[in-house]
Amino acid sequence: MTIDTPPITAATQRRGTSTPATRVIGILTISMTIWLGVFGLVLSPADRDQGDAVRIMYVHVPSVWLAYLAFIVTALASGVHLFGRRHSLQADRVAGASAEIGVVFMAVTLVTGMLWGRITWGVYWQWDARLTTTALLFISYVGYLAVRGLEGTREQRARRSAIVGLFAVLEVPLVHWSVKLWRSLHQEATVLGTDLDVSLDGLMLFSLFVGVVAFTLLFVWLLLHRSRMLTMLDLSAESGLESALAQRRAEGGASA
Amino acid sequence: MSSSGRIQVARVVLSKDLRIERRSKVLTSQIIPFAVVTLVLFAFALDGDAILQRTAPGLVWIAMLFSSMIIVQRNFAVETSDGALDALRVAGADMSAVFWGKWLALVIQLLVLEVVLLIGAFVMYGIEFRGPGVVLLVTSSISATCGLSAVSTIYAGLASGVRGRESLLPLLVMPVASPVLIGATRAAEAAFGTGGTVVSEGWPWLGVLSVFAVVFSFGGSLAFGPLIDD
Repeated sequence: MTIDTPPITAATQRRGTSTPATRVIGILTISMTIWLGVFGLVLSPADRDQGDAVRIMYVHVPSVWLAYLAFIVTALASGVHLFGRRHSLQADRVAGASAEIGVVFMAVTLVTGMLWGRITWGVYWQWDARLTTTALLFISYVGYLAVRGLEGTREQRARRSAIVGLFAVLEVPLVHWSVKLWRSLHQEATVLGTDLDVSLDGLMLFSLFVGVVAFTLLFVWLLLHRSRMLTMLDLSAESGLESALAQRRAEGGASA
Repeated sequence: MSSSGRIQVARVVLSKDLRIERRSKVLTSQIIPFAVVTLVLFAFALDGDAILQRTAPGLVWIAMLFSSMIIVQRNFAVETSDGALDALRVAGADMSAVFWGKWLALVIQLLVLEVVLLIGAFVMYGIEFRGPGVVLLVTSSISATCGLSAVSTIYAGLASGVRGRESLLPLLVMPVASPVLIGATRAAEAAFGTGGTVVSEGWPWLGVLSVFAVVFSFGGSLAFGPLIDD
Protein backbone atom coordinates (compact mmCIF):
# COMPACT_ATOMS: atom_id res chain seq x y z
CA MET A 1 0.00 0.00 0.00
CA THR A 2 1.39 3.39 -0.87
CA ILE A 3 1.49 6.34 1.44
CA ASP A 4 -0.91 9.03 0.31
CA THR A 5 0.24 12.46 -0.70
CA PRO A 6 0.93 14.48 2.45
CA PRO A 7 -1.94 16.77 3.42
CA ILE A 8 -1.41 20.40 2.59
CA THR A 9 -0.35 22.16 5.76
CA ALA A 10 -0.08 25.88 6.36
CA ALA A 11 3.65 25.72 5.64
CA THR A 12 3.31 24.01 2.29
CA GLN A 13 0.23 25.89 1.20
CA ARG A 14 2.15 28.68 -0.50
CA ARG A 15 2.78 27.85 -4.10
CA GLY A 16 6.45 27.66 -4.94
CA THR A 17 9.42 29.11 -3.15
CA SER A 18 9.33 32.64 -4.48
CA THR A 19 8.73 35.84 -2.56
CA PRO A 20 8.70 39.43 -3.88
CA ALA A 21 12.37 39.72 -2.91
CA THR A 22 13.43 36.64 -4.90
CA ARG A 23 11.38 37.83 -7.87
CA VAL A 24 13.28 41.13 -7.86
CA ILE A 25 16.61 39.28 -7.57
CA GLY A 26 15.51 36.93 -10.36
CA ILE A 27 14.65 39.79 -12.70
CA LEU A 28 17.94 41.52 -11.86
CA THR A 29 19.83 38.28 -12.54
CA ILE A 30 18.18 37.83 -15.93
CA SER A 31 18.85 41.42 -16.97
CA MET A 32 22.47 41.25 -15.82
CA THR A 33 22.93 37.95 -17.71
CA ILE A 34 21.54 39.52 -20.90
CA TRP A 35 23.89 42.43 -20.32
CA LEU A 36 26.77 39.98 -19.85
CA GLY A 37 25.82 38.30 -23.14
CA VAL A 38 25.84 41.62 -24.96
CA PHE A 39 29.14 42.75 -23.47
CA GLY A 40 30.84 39.36 -23.61
CA LEU A 41 29.80 38.34 -27.11
CA VAL A 42 29.32 41.65 -28.95
CA LEU A 43 30.82 44.75 -27.37
CA SER A 44 34.08 43.46 -25.88
CA PRO A 45 36.91 43.03 -28.40
CA ALA A 46 38.60 39.76 -29.33
CA ASP A 47 41.99 39.29 -27.74
CA ARG A 48 45.16 39.94 -29.75
CA ASP A 49 46.66 36.52 -28.92
CA GLN A 50 43.72 34.37 -27.92
CA GLY A 51 41.12 35.66 -30.39
CA ASP A 52 37.50 34.92 -29.54
CA ALA A 53 38.55 32.23 -27.03
CA VAL A 54 38.96 35.01 -24.50
CA ARG A 55 35.17 35.27 -24.29
CA ILE A 56 35.09 31.97 -22.39
CA MET A 57 36.66 33.94 -19.55
CA TYR A 58 33.43 35.88 -19.00
CA VAL A 59 31.75 32.68 -17.87
CA HIS A 60 34.79 30.89 -16.48
CA VAL A 61 35.97 33.53 -14.00
CA PRO A 62 32.51 34.39 -12.58
CA SER A 63 31.67 30.71 -12.16
CA VAL A 64 34.85 29.96 -10.22
CA TRP A 65 34.15 33.02 -8.08
CA LEU A 66 30.63 31.73 -7.46
CA ALA A 67 31.88 28.24 -6.59
CA TYR A 68 34.37 29.59 -4.04
CA LEU A 69 31.71 31.88 -2.59
CA ALA A 70 29.34 28.91 -2.32
CA PHE A 71 31.94 26.77 -0.51
CA ILE A 72 32.70 29.58 1.93
CA VAL A 73 28.97 29.99 2.62
CA THR A 74 28.76 26.21 3.17
CA ALA A 75 31.61 26.36 5.69
CA LEU A 76 30.10 29.35 7.52
CA ALA A 77 26.64 27.77 7.66
CA SER A 78 28.21 24.47 8.82
CA GLY A 79 29.99 26.39 11.59
CA VAL A 80 26.72 28.05 12.61
CA HIS A 81 25.02 24.68 12.79
CA LEU A 82 27.81 22.93 14.69
CA PHE A 83 28.82 25.65 17.15
CA GLY A 84 25.56 27.60 17.39
CA ARG A 85 23.55 27.14 20.57
CA ARG A 86 20.42 26.06 18.69
CA HIS A 87 22.18 23.74 16.20
CA SER A 88 19.94 25.31 13.58
CA LEU A 89 18.72 22.94 10.88
CA GLN A 90 18.03 25.95 8.69
CA ALA A 91 21.79 26.67 8.69
CA ASP A 92 22.34 23.05 7.62
CA ARG A 93 19.92 23.48 4.71
CA VAL A 94 21.68 26.66 3.63
CA ALA A 95 25.00 24.77 3.77
CA GLY A 96 23.58 21.95 1.65
CA ALA A 97 21.96 24.25 -0.89
CA SER A 98 25.13 26.31 -1.19
CA ALA A 99 27.32 23.24 -1.70
CA GLU A 100 25.02 21.96 -4.45
CA ILE A 101 25.29 25.28 -6.27
CA GLY A 102 29.05 25.31 -5.71
CA VAL A 103 29.50 21.83 -7.19
CA VAL A 104 27.48 22.74 -10.29
CA PHE A 105 29.49 25.89 -10.90
CA MET A 106 32.78 24.17 -10.15
CA ALA A 107 31.84 21.74 -12.93
CA VAL A 108 31.09 24.71 -15.20
CA THR A 109 34.49 26.17 -14.27
CA LEU A 110 36.30 22.92 -15.11
CA VAL A 111 34.49 22.43 -18.42
CA THR A 112 34.93 26.02 -19.61
CA GLY A 113 38.56 25.94 -18.44
CA MET A 114 39.21 22.76 -20.39
CA LEU A 115 37.62 24.20 -23.54
CA TRP A 116 39.76 27.31 -23.20
CA GLY A 117 42.83 25.17 -22.56
CA ARG A 118 42.23 23.12 -25.69
CA ILE A 119 42.07 26.27 -27.81
CA THR A 120 44.93 28.13 -26.14
CA TRP A 121 47.35 25.44 -24.93
CA GLY A 122 46.35 22.71 -27.38
CA VAL A 123 45.43 20.30 -24.54
CA TYR A 124 42.38 19.94 -22.35
CA TRP A 125 44.28 19.47 -19.14
CA GLN A 126 47.60 20.42 -17.61
CA TRP A 127 48.80 19.38 -14.16
CA ASP A 128 49.10 22.96 -13.09
CA ALA A 129 48.73 23.72 -9.38
CA ARG A 130 45.52 25.67 -9.77
CA LEU A 131 43.85 23.12 -12.06
CA THR A 132 44.77 20.21 -9.82
CA THR A 133 43.54 21.96 -6.68
CA THR A 134 40.28 22.88 -8.38
CA ALA A 135 39.68 19.30 -9.51
CA LEU A 136 40.37 17.93 -6.03
CA LEU A 137 38.11 20.53 -4.47
CA PHE A 138 35.35 19.52 -6.88
CA ILE A 139 35.68 15.84 -5.91
CA SER A 140 35.73 16.74 -2.21
CA TYR A 141 32.42 18.55 -2.46
CA VAL A 142 30.91 15.72 -4.50
CA GLY A 143 31.86 13.64 -1.44
CA TYR A 144 30.20 16.22 0.81
CA LEU A 145 26.97 15.86 -1.17
CA ALA A 146 27.27 12.06 -0.89
CA VAL A 147 27.49 12.44 2.90
CA ARG A 148 24.33 14.55 2.84
CA GLY A 149 22.59 11.74 1.00
CA LEU A 150 23.39 9.15 3.68
CA GLU A 151 20.64 7.50 5.66
CA GLY A 152 19.80 8.80 9.13
CA THR A 153 17.85 11.50 10.88
CA ARG A 154 18.02 15.15 9.88
CA GLU A 155 20.15 15.92 12.91
CA GLN A 156 22.62 13.17 11.99
CA ARG A 157 22.79 14.43 8.43
CA ALA A 158 23.35 17.97 9.63
CA ARG A 159 26.13 17.10 12.06
CA ARG A 160 27.99 14.74 9.72
CA SER A 161 27.85 17.11 6.78
CA ALA A 162 28.82 20.13 8.92
CA ILE A 163 32.00 18.34 10.00
CA VAL A 164 32.80 17.26 6.43
CA GLY A 165 32.07 20.82 5.24
CA LEU A 166 34.53 22.27 7.74
CA PHE A 167 37.23 19.69 6.92
CA ALA A 168 36.74 20.34 3.20
CA VAL A 169 37.48 24.03 3.71
CA LEU A 170 40.46 23.14 5.88
CA GLU A 171 41.90 21.07 3.08
CA VAL A 172 41.76 23.92 0.53
CA PRO A 173 44.96 25.69 1.69
CA LEU A 174 46.72 22.38 2.44
CA VAL A 175 45.96 20.85 -0.94
CA HIS A 176 46.79 24.07 -2.73
CA TRP A 177 50.07 24.47 -0.89
CA SER A 178 51.20 20.91 -1.53
CA VAL A 179 50.19 20.99 -5.18
CA LYS A 180 51.98 24.29 -5.70
CA LEU A 181 55.10 22.89 -4.08
CA TRP A 182 54.72 19.76 -6.21
CA ARG A 183 54.67 21.84 -9.40
CA SER A 184 57.43 24.18 -8.34
CA LEU A 185 59.80 21.27 -7.77
CA HIS A 186 58.87 19.67 -11.04
CA GLN A 187 59.26 20.61 -14.63
CA GLU A 188 57.15 23.47 -15.82
CA ALA A 189 54.65 23.09 -18.63
CA THR A 190 56.80 22.75 -21.70
CA VAL A 191 54.44 23.49 -24.57
CA LEU A 192 52.99 26.68 -23.28
CA GLY A 193 53.25 28.24 -19.84
CA THR A 194 50.02 28.31 -17.90
CA ASP A 195 50.46 31.85 -16.70
CA LEU A 196 49.90 33.78 -19.86
CA ASP A 197 50.38 37.47 -19.30
CA VAL A 198 46.84 38.62 -19.80
CA SER A 199 46.57 42.37 -19.57
CA LEU A 200 42.93 43.22 -19.83
CA ASP A 201 41.66 46.25 -21.64
CA GLY A 202 38.97 48.41 -20.07
CA LEU A 203 35.97 46.90 -21.83
CA MET A 204 37.12 43.35 -21.14
CA LEU A 205 37.54 44.15 -17.47
CA PHE A 206 34.10 45.74 -17.37
CA SER A 207 32.51 42.70 -19.06
CA LEU A 208 34.17 40.51 -16.47
CA PHE A 209 32.81 42.73 -13.73
CA VAL A 210 29.30 42.42 -15.21
CA GLY A 211 29.76 38.65 -15.21
CA VAL A 212 30.79 38.56 -11.55
CA VAL A 213 27.79 40.71 -10.52
CA ALA A 214 25.38 38.58 -12.61
CA PHE A 215 26.70 35.32 -11.15
CA THR A 216 26.64 36.65 -7.58
CA LEU A 217 22.98 37.59 -8.04
CA LEU A 218 22.35 34.17 -9.55
CA PHE A 219 23.95 32.56 -6.49
CA VAL A 220 21.74 34.52 -4.07
CA TRP A 221 18.67 33.69 -6.11
CA LEU A 222 19.47 29.98 -6.38
CA LEU A 223 20.45 29.76 -2.72
CA LEU A 224 17.19 31.29 -1.51
CA HIS A 225 15.08 29.01 -3.69
CA ARG A 226 17.03 25.85 -3.04
CA SER A 227 17.23 26.26 0.74
CA ARG A 228 13.50 26.97 0.86
CA MET A 229 12.91 23.89 -1.23
CA LEU A 230 14.99 21.79 1.15
CA THR A 231 12.89 23.14 4.04
CA MET A 232 9.75 22.12 2.19
CA LEU A 233 11.17 18.67 1.47
CA ASP A 234 11.87 18.21 5.18
CA LEU A 235 8.38 19.42 6.06
CA SER A 236 6.87 17.14 3.47
CA ALA A 237 8.79 14.14 4.83
CA GLU A 238 7.55 15.02 8.31
CA SER A 239 3.91 15.44 7.33
CA GLY A 240 4.12 12.29 5.18
CA LEU A 241 5.17 10.35 8.27
CA GLU A 242 2.45 11.94 10.38
CA SER A 243 -0.25 11.14 7.82
CA ALA A 244 1.01 7.54 7.53
CA LEU A 245 0.85 7.21 11.33
CA ALA A 246 -2.67 8.68 11.37
CA GLN A 247 -3.69 6.23 8.67
CA ARG A 248 -2.36 3.24 10.62
CA ARG A 249 -4.13 4.45 13.75
CA ALA A 250 -7.38 4.86 11.80
CA GLU A 251 -7.00 1.31 10.46
CA GLY A 252 -6.40 0.05 14.00
CA GLY A 253 -9.50 1.90 15.18
CA ALA A 254 -11.64 0.46 12.35
CA SER A 255 -10.61 -3.14 13.02
CA ALA A 256 -11.11 -2.85 16.81
CA MET B 1 37.12 12.12 32.23
CA SER B 2 40.63 12.63 33.65
CA SER B 3 43.64 12.61 31.36
CA SER B 4 44.92 9.34 32.82
CA GLY B 5 41.48 7.85 32.16
CA ARG B 6 41.67 9.03 28.57
CA ILE B 7 45.10 7.51 28.09
CA GLN B 8 43.80 4.26 29.54
CA VAL B 9 40.83 4.22 27.15
CA ALA B 10 43.13 4.91 24.20
CA ARG B 11 45.47 2.14 25.34
CA VAL B 12 42.64 -0.36 25.76
CA VAL B 13 41.22 0.44 22.30
CA LEU B 14 44.70 0.19 20.77
CA SER B 15 45.51 -3.16 22.38
CA LYS B 16 42.04 -4.50 21.51
CA ASP B 17 42.47 -3.58 17.83
CA LEU B 18 45.93 -5.10 17.69
CA ARG B 19 44.75 -8.23 19.52
CA ILE B 20 41.89 -8.68 17.04
CA GLU B 21 44.41 -8.31 14.25
CA ARG B 22 46.83 -10.77 15.81
CA ARG B 23 44.12 -13.37 16.22
CA SER B 24 42.35 -12.90 12.90
CA LYS B 25 45.58 -12.35 10.90
CA VAL B 26 43.71 -10.39 8.23
CA LEU B 27 46.69 -8.08 7.67
CA THR B 28 49.12 -10.89 7.01
CA SER B 29 46.79 -13.29 5.23
CA GLN B 30 44.80 -10.88 3.07
CA ILE B 31 45.93 -7.27 3.00
CA ILE B 32 49.68 -7.75 2.58
CA PRO B 33 49.12 -10.29 -0.25
CA PHE B 34 46.67 -7.82 -1.84
CA ALA B 35 49.27 -5.03 -1.67
CA VAL B 36 51.97 -7.27 -3.16
CA VAL B 37 49.62 -8.36 -5.96
CA THR B 38 49.01 -4.66 -6.68
CA LEU B 39 52.77 -4.13 -7.01
CA VAL B 40 53.01 -7.08 -9.39
CA LEU B 41 50.08 -5.78 -11.46
CA PHE B 42 51.74 -2.36 -11.71
CA ALA B 43 54.79 -4.15 -13.09
CA PHE B 44 52.63 -5.89 -15.70
CA ALA B 45 50.92 -2.64 -16.67
CA LEU B 46 54.11 -0.57 -16.85
CA ASP B 47 56.31 -3.08 -18.56
CA GLY B 48 59.89 -1.86 -18.43
CA ASP B 49 62.57 -1.71 -15.70
CA ALA B 50 63.39 1.96 -16.24
CA ILE B 51 59.77 3.10 -15.94
CA LEU B 52 59.22 0.98 -12.84
CA GLN B 53 62.31 2.31 -11.15
CA ARG B 54 61.28 5.88 -12.00
CA THR B 55 57.69 5.47 -10.77
CA ALA B 56 58.38 3.12 -7.84
CA PRO B 57 57.76 5.70 -5.02
CA GLY B 58 54.39 6.67 -6.51
CA LEU B 59 53.36 3.07 -7.06
CA VAL B 60 54.28 2.11 -3.50
CA TRP B 61 52.15 4.93 -2.10
CA ILE B 62 49.21 4.22 -4.40
CA ALA B 63 49.30 0.60 -3.22
CA MET B 64 49.47 1.92 0.38
CA LEU B 65 46.46 4.16 -0.14
CA PHE B 66 44.35 1.38 -1.64
CA SER B 67 45.33 -1.12 1.03
CA SER B 68 44.72 1.39 3.82
CA MET B 69 41.10 1.71 2.66
CA ILE B 70 40.61 -2.02 3.23
CA ILE B 71 42.31 -1.99 6.64
CA VAL B 72 40.30 0.95 7.94
CA GLN B 73 37.01 -0.46 6.65
CA ARG B 74 37.75 -3.62 8.59
CA ASN B 75 38.83 -1.76 11.72
CA PHE B 76 35.44 -0.09 11.84
CA ALA B 77 33.40 -3.06 10.66
CA VAL B 78 34.36 -4.91 13.85
CA GLU B 79 33.11 -1.94 15.88
CA THR B 80 29.76 -1.50 14.20
CA SER B 81 28.76 -5.12 13.57
CA ASP B 82 28.49 -5.81 17.30
CA GLY B 83 27.50 -2.29 18.30
CA ALA B 84 30.86 -1.97 20.07
CA LEU B 85 31.07 1.79 19.53
CA ASP B 86 27.63 2.22 21.10
CA ALA B 87 28.75 0.11 24.03
CA LEU B 88 31.82 2.31 24.48
CA ARG B 89 29.61 5.39 24.39
CA VAL B 90 27.18 3.98 26.90
CA ALA B 91 30.13 3.06 29.12
CA GLY B 92 31.07 6.74 29.13
CA ALA B 93 34.35 6.32 27.25
CA ASP B 94 35.83 9.57 25.95
CA MET B 95 35.42 9.49 22.18
CA SER B 96 38.57 11.47 21.45
CA ALA B 97 40.49 8.82 23.41
CA VAL B 98 38.81 6.14 21.30
CA PHE B 99 39.94 8.10 18.23
CA TRP B 100 43.57 8.15 19.40
CA GLY B 101 43.45 4.41 20.14
CA LYS B 102 42.08 3.53 16.74
CA TRP B 103 44.41 6.02 15.06
CA LEU B 104 47.51 4.48 16.62
CA ALA B 105 46.35 0.93 15.85
CA LEU B 106 45.96 1.94 12.20
CA VAL B 107 49.36 3.70 12.18
CA ILE B 108 51.05 0.51 13.42
CA GLN B 109 49.30 -1.69 10.85
CA LEU B 110 50.08 0.72 8.02
CA LEU B 111 53.75 0.91 9.03
CA VAL B 112 54.01 -2.88 8.87
CA LEU B 113 52.41 -2.79 5.42
CA GLU B 114 54.80 -0.05 4.32
CA VAL B 115 57.87 -2.04 5.28
CA VAL B 116 56.56 -4.97 3.22
CA LEU B 117 55.81 -2.72 0.24
CA LEU B 118 59.25 -1.11 0.36
CA ILE B 119 60.89 -4.52 0.43
CA GLY B 120 58.66 -5.51 -2.50
CA ALA B 121 59.69 -2.39 -4.43
CA PHE B 122 63.34 -3.09 -3.61
CA VAL B 123 63.08 -6.61 -4.98
CA MET B 124 60.75 -6.05 -7.93
CA TYR B 125 61.33 -2.44 -9.02
CA GLY B 126 65.03 -2.16 -8.25
CA ILE B 127 64.92 0.90 -5.95
CA GLU B 128 68.09 1.68 -4.03
CA PHE B 129 68.39 2.71 -0.40
CA ARG B 130 71.09 5.35 0.13
CA GLY B 131 72.66 6.18 3.49
CA PRO B 132 71.46 9.79 3.97
CA GLY B 133 68.14 9.05 2.26
CA VAL B 134 67.11 6.48 4.85
CA VAL B 135 66.51 9.11 7.57
CA LEU B 136 64.31 11.09 5.18
CA LEU B 137 62.47 7.96 4.09
CA VAL B 138 61.75 6.83 7.65
CA THR B 139 60.66 10.26 8.96
CA SER B 140 58.53 11.11 5.93
CA SER B 141 56.90 7.67 5.92
CA ILE B 142 55.99 7.98 9.61
CA SER B 143 54.55 11.50 9.12
CA ALA B 144 52.62 10.43 6.02
CA THR B 145 51.25 7.37 7.82
CA CYS B 146 50.12 9.48 10.79
CA GLY B 147 48.27 11.87 8.44
CA LEU B 148 46.73 9.11 6.35
CA SER B 149 45.64 7.25 9.45
CA ALA B 150 43.99 10.38 10.90
CA VAL B 151 42.01 11.15 7.73
CA SER B 152 40.96 7.51 7.32
CA THR B 153 39.88 7.21 10.97
CA ILE B 154 37.77 10.40 10.82
CA TYR B 155 35.92 9.42 7.67
CA ALA B 156 35.60 5.76 8.59
CA GLY B 157 33.99 6.88 11.86
CA LEU B 158 31.60 9.03 9.87
CA ALA B 159 30.71 6.26 7.42
CA SER B 160 30.56 3.49 10.03
CA GLY B 161 27.19 1.82 10.29
CA VAL B 162 25.91 3.42 7.10
CA ARG B 163 24.84 1.52 4.01
CA GLY B 164 27.17 2.00 1.06
CA ARG B 165 30.16 2.93 3.24
CA GLU B 166 32.52 0.76 1.18
CA SER B 167 32.19 3.06 -1.82
CA LEU B 168 31.71 6.28 0.15
CA LEU B 169 34.94 6.03 2.14
CA PRO B 170 37.39 6.17 -0.79
CA LEU B 171 35.42 9.06 -2.29
CA LEU B 172 35.83 11.02 0.94
CA VAL B 173 39.39 10.03 1.82
CA MET B 174 41.19 10.09 -1.55
CA PRO B 175 40.90 13.83 -2.34
CA VAL B 176 41.77 14.81 1.23
CA ALA B 177 44.69 12.41 1.30
CA SER B 178 46.16 13.77 -1.93
CA PRO B 179 48.74 15.97 -0.11
CA VAL B 180 49.94 12.82 1.67
CA LEU B 181 50.30 10.99 -1.63
CA ILE B 182 52.15 13.89 -3.26
CA GLY B 183 54.37 14.59 -0.26
CA ALA B 184 55.24 11.00 0.56
CA THR B 185 55.98 10.18 -3.09
CA ARG B 186 58.27 13.17 -3.55
CA ALA B 187 60.07 12.57 -0.29
CA ALA B 188 60.59 8.92 -1.24
CA GLU B 189 61.87 9.96 -4.68
CA ALA B 190 64.44 12.23 -3.02
CA ALA B 191 65.39 9.45 -0.62
CA PHE B 192 65.92 6.93 -3.44
CA GLY B 193 67.49 9.50 -5.75
CA THR B 194 64.91 8.74 -8.46
CA GLY B 195 65.40 10.81 -11.61
CA GLY B 196 68.58 12.44 -10.29
CA THR B 197 66.92 14.07 -7.24
CA VAL B 198 69.02 14.78 -4.18
CA VAL B 199 68.06 14.13 -0.55
CA SER B 200 67.82 17.84 0.32
CA GLU B 201 64.90 18.22 -2.11
CA GLY B 202 62.86 15.92 0.08
CA TRP B 203 62.97 17.84 3.35
CA PRO B 204 60.29 20.47 2.47
CA TRP B 205 57.91 17.57 1.89
CA LEU B 206 58.48 16.34 5.42
CA GLY B 207 57.18 19.76 6.52
CA VAL B 208 54.01 19.41 4.44
CA LEU B 209 53.41 15.88 5.73
CA SER B 210 53.96 16.92 9.36
CA VAL B 211 51.56 19.88 9.12
CA PHE B 212 48.98 17.62 7.52
CA ALA B 213 49.38 14.95 10.20
CA VAL B 214 49.10 17.47 13.07
CA VAL B 215 46.07 19.29 11.60
CA PHE B 216 44.08 16.16 10.83
CA SER B 217 45.04 14.22 13.95
CA PHE B 218 43.98 16.98 16.33
CA GLY B 219 41.02 18.00 14.15
CA GLY B 220 39.96 14.35 14.09
CA SER B 221 40.19 13.92 17.85
CA LEU B 222 37.88 16.95 18.26
CA ALA B 223 35.42 15.90 15.55
CA PHE B 224 35.25 12.19 16.35
CA GLY B 225 32.94 12.58 19.36
CA PRO B 226 30.23 14.57 17.55
CA LEU B 227 30.52 12.25 14.52
CA ILE B 228 29.94 9.07 16.50
CA ASP B 229 27.61 10.59 19.06
CA ASP B 230 24.36 10.32 17.13
